[in-house]
Amino acid sequence: MSIKPRTLYEKIWDAHVVDRRDDGTCLIYIDRHLVHEVTSPQAFEALRLANRTVRRPDLTLAVPDHNLPTTPRQDAAGNRLPIEDAESAQQLAALEANAPAFGIRYIGATDAAQGIVHVVGPEQGFSLPGTTIVCGDSHTACHGGVGALAFGIGTSEVEHVLATQTLLLQQSKTMEVRVEGTLGFGVSPKDVILHVIGRIGAGGGTGYVIEYTGNVFREMSIEGRLTVSNMSIEGGARAGLIAADDTTFAYLKGRPMAPTGDEWDKAVAWWRSLATDPGAAYDKVVVIDAADIAPSLTWGTSPEDVVPITGAVPDPMSFADPSKQEAARKSLAYMGLTPGTRMQEVAVDNIFIGSCTNSRIEDLRAAAEVARGRRVADNVKQALVVPGSGLVKRQAEAEGLDRVFIEAGFEWREPGCSMCLAMNPDKVPPGQRCASTSNRNFVGRQGPGARTHLVSPAMAAAAAVTGRLADVRDLMGASA
Amino acid sequence: MTPIAKVEGRAIPLGRKNVDTDVIIPAHYLKTVTRAGLGKGAFETIRAEPGNLFDDPQYAAAPILIAGDNFGCGSSREHAAWAMIDMGITAVIAPSYSDIFSGNAVKNGIVPVVLPQDAVDRLLEVAKDHPITVDLETCTVTTPFQDRFEFTMDPFRRDCLLGGLDEVGLTLAMEDRITRYEAQAGAERPWLAA
Ligand code: SF4
Repeated sequence: MSIKPRTLYEKIWDAHVVDRRDDGTCLIYIDRHLVHEVTSPQAFEALRLANRTVRRPDLTLAVPDHNLPTTPRQDAAGNRLPIEDAESAQQLAALEANAPAFGIRYIGATDAAQGIVHVVGPEQGFSLPGTTIVCGDSHTACHGGVGALAFGIGTSEVEHVLATQTLLLQQSKTMEVRVEGTLGFGVSPKDVILHVIGRIGAGGGTGYVIEYTGNVFREMSIEGRLTVSNMSIEGGARAGLIAADDTTFAYLKGRPMAPTGDEWDKAVAWWRSLATDPGAAYDKVVVIDAADIAPSLTWGTSPEDVVPITGAVPDPMSFADPSKQEAARKSLAYMGLTPGTRMQEVAVDNIFIGSCTNSRIEDLRAAAEVARGRRVADNVKQALVVPGSGLVKRQAEAEGLDRVFIEAGFEWREPGCSMCLAMNPDKVPPGQRCASTSNRNFVGRQGPGARTHLVSPAMAAAAAVTGRLADVRDLMGASA
Repeated sequence: MTPIAKVEGRAIPLGRKNVDTDVIIPAHYLKTVTRAGLGKGAFETIRAEPGNLFDDPQYAAAPILIAGDNFGCGSSREHAAWAMIDMGITAVIAPSYSDIFSGNAVKNGIVPVVLPQDAVDRLLEVAKDHPITVDLETCTVTTPFQDRFEFTMDPFRRDCLLGGLDEVGLTLAMEDRITRYEAQAGAERPWLAA
């Protein structure tokens, strides 16, 4: 029997079809469900009203992250400190009550393993290759970095998964984004994904699942792959995928929720079999030469507004599409930028190193490398470093990175989403400009009136110590 | 969900195009933990306009809303549908909707009726002083003046609304298939049980 060559996406999809309807819609089994406090309360409420239970609490993991303040959570005596914002407190309390009520594992606010759901999942070995993973959060795409088919869902779907462990879905088209060659000095995974989004556009991946291929991703660490896959949604794709390989297995082995013994060996054999078959066809292919990628950043209010750090603010008239011209004009007015200004001349007020895109240990190491022995510039009003989880924080402290940041004038905070979306007290004040390692530069995302430039961790540190958007290559290798 | 066959009564003749989910329910209401009670924040920015339709007593508790193109665009927040249900709206009439909103509407028991702009214009006129009727059995919108507009709807969605079926309930009815899948996948990939 000859089997049609299939892509990684198609293999994972086929392994999860519970039922196929005549119109092509499939009932897909969900292997892993991550839950946070913002998009779950109404789903639990609905279960309660309908007298329903959670079908597989063992496949569900709840962690609070969005609303948690990043200031200390306990006093010296170990007592929990109250959360001032009453509505945040209420959402957090709802999750803390719902998780045990429905028998779901819960990593609480003061647990050492607490962190951003998308950092915690891979770190705990809960996110595994070849699994289907959902969460009521669009950056669930992140887990594609370990070779999982992972995507965000709405609250009714959260309820559907809690009750049935399945979802009704239409199969997506496939897009290959292949990056080959050698990345230049100072070019990080964040620069790669910013470059990709600049190339395909914020809507370029709509209707597709992206598979990232080529030696650049094969040679990338898991932290880097998670950064890349995380921002698939900024390119319009619901999910991103990077085939699991020895790097993935080495990363996952021994993690608390990862398989062990015989099961581990079986799992690895199956994970290997998922790689895209030779000759399998993608619906769309984008090829990028690694040498074309520079340290990059955004200038506007869409993640596709990307320029190399050596570039300048574009003239809206330089875009062919009239609607893009109009959007660029609005963006520049909001961002307070003039066409033609060199990016490196733009002064910044705030620095945010964190978010599910860039808050893992490697990100903190890269930023600390640049900050080491330097000082946050006087014009910078606030520079925050928010580790992605308690475990990342602990590891960083063991390596002395916290000292590097604190001595340079950064604030070293407790884990959470923080200034990525400003649902907790960490906000960029109106009109201020932030070099941020997060994933969205939308109007008001980091607080009403906030101006965001998306950058890599090393570039954020470079902006902090120079007080402007800076080319990290000028600071690397050179001692302060 | 309550089965819906007919929605009859006054209709708020809003008529605006591109009403986004931020207009339907502003972001600062997203910190809520229940679906109920969002009606108080619904259309907050429009309600801030003097003499707006939502505060006009003749449309108090109107079960229908008439709008322009691309209703419910913007963020995917399901709170938009919850806020409208909380206000008592169970049918919307517009020339088009964002995909996510119309999906969320059906999931929450709101009938999203699609009619061409000229029909919508006529209904906006009638709705100023008279009730209208959305009939899901016959897929028609009628007025007290012989107007009769037919609309179409995806049969699965229509069945869900007519039967008051929720998707969770429908999937739970496939319990045996899910259990069979779990047994098979569990045997092939035993490491999945966490
Ligand atoms: S860090 Fe930002 S993007 Fe990631 S889950 Fe939190 S709010 Fe969403």
